[in-house]
Amino acid sequence: MIEIKNLKKSFGDNLVWENVNLTIEDGTTLAIVGKSGCGKSVLLKHLNALLYPDEGEVLIKGRNVFQLSYVDLRIVRQKFGVLFQGAALFDSISAFENIAFPLRYFTSKTEKEIRSRVMDCLEMVNLSNIGNKGTSELSGGMRKRVGLARAIVLEPEYLLYDEPTSGLDPETSDEINDLIIHMTKNLSITSVVISHDMHSVLRVAEHVVFLDEQKLSWQGSIDELRVADHKRLKEFTKASEYQI
Amino acid sequence: MQLFLEIGKYSRLLYEAIRSATEFKTYRKNLFSEMVKTGTDSLGIVSVAGFFTGAVLTIQTSYQFTSALIPKSTIGAITSQSMIIELAAVISGLVLSGRVGARIATELGNMRVSEQIDALESMGFNSVTFLVIPRVVAGILTFPIIYIAAAISGITGGVLAGIMTGSVTVHEFMEGARMFFFPWDVAFGIIKSFVFGFVITSISCYQGYFASGGAEGVGHATTRATVLSCIYVLLSSFLLAAILL
Repeated sequence: MIEIKNLKKSFGDNLVWENVNLTIEDGTTLAIVGKSGCGKSVLLKHLNALLYPDEGEVLIKGRNVFQLSYVDLRIVRQKFGVLFQGAALFDSISAFENIAFPLRYFTSKTEKEIRSRVMDCLEMVNLSNIGNKGTSELSGGMRKRVGLARAIVLEPEYLLYDEPTSGLDPETSDEINDLIIHMTKNLSITSVVISHDMHSVLRVAEHVVFLDEQKLSWQGSIDELRVADHKRLKEFTKASEYQI
Repeated sequence: MQLFLEIGKYSRLLYEAIRSATEFKTYRKNLFSEMVKTGTDSLGIVSVAGFFTGAVLTIQTSYQFTSALIPKSTIGAITSQSMIIELAAVISGLVLSGRVGARIATELGNMRVSEQIDALESMGFNSVTFLVIPRVVAGILTFPIIYIAAAISGITGGVLAGIMTGSVTVHEFMEGARMFFFPWDVAFGIIKSFVFGFVITSISCYQGYFASGGAEGVGHATTRATVLSCIYVLLSSFLLAAILL
């Protein structure tokens, strides 16, 4: 379980959000929605302490990640897989090596075992024929899928998705959505998805939080979202051109 | 105020690098590839720069020494001394500020803005250990070799220019070079190149590592890395000369 308590973040004089309280139950998928620039990615980066808050805490299994020693923090971070917005693949190595990368440094697996694990992950994201392609040869959707394969290669307990479907065509977006559902259900992973694609949110998420006006403005289940009487949330979902 | 903030961030990056320097396994592979990129790949341009600097120095010295009372071996002494004590290190430092400094700042800046550094951290890597240490250590280890290459090619350039212009013979040139050769001068040049290696790579790593603002931000970081590296090469050259000579 991830608990966020009284989190506040600002950059210089600019307050991003404050008084954010949130609980993410194990094995569920939470979507964080909100306008561009409302601090969704900033909030996501607090979960594994890539960013530190001005106030508040994030508890992973009861331990505040911001108070961990760097050695302990690195161990906690390995429980997280992250799919970054642009996939953040290392462009100096091939797609295969990107996925093998954490295995080579953090496990004592043999080359044969590494290859087998990478192929398993590639199969899970429907890219088993990718071979040794360089990252520059991949399409946007393929990059996201390689990023996802790299995120799950160490068998994380939590998966963080930063705009997983942004910049993708509807068909590829649906493929990514299916993968998110598959990961959560079949691998029992707790997922946090950032998106302003309401179609994607409604497909993959069980719970939704709405960041607006520098605070966590609304939170509830998908069913509650459909009947929510929240003016700005309604405006946001309407603006996303998706009737709920 | 901004200056103090920058110094603080730079010091913290260096502290983190020194603190995690024992994690050799993490950066071993990167260290060797960085040594090739920083050292081996720079030998050509530095040798060319050194060669022509030595050649010009010989021609200008012979042009200025018109008196028959001054032995021609003085040309060799001045060229070789200047190359060993100052020019080989400074010229290679300035050339590498552009070549190596720009490369490092661009690489790390691109990794920062495309979230590759965040990706490393999120996997549990210490990104400083992984990215900064190999580049700085490679700079410190390879710059002395580059300095020696620049000094040798500078003296070679000086000898060849002397022969081609007829201003000095090989024998006269080498006689002067030997007469004023002091091992401490070479040691001083090597010390300088160690310092330059550290200055250029650490400043460039700092600029790239903390780059922000997309492609434009990376451009700014690269420019700052190159300019600041050049300034600090000249400044540290002055300080080392004042302290050690």
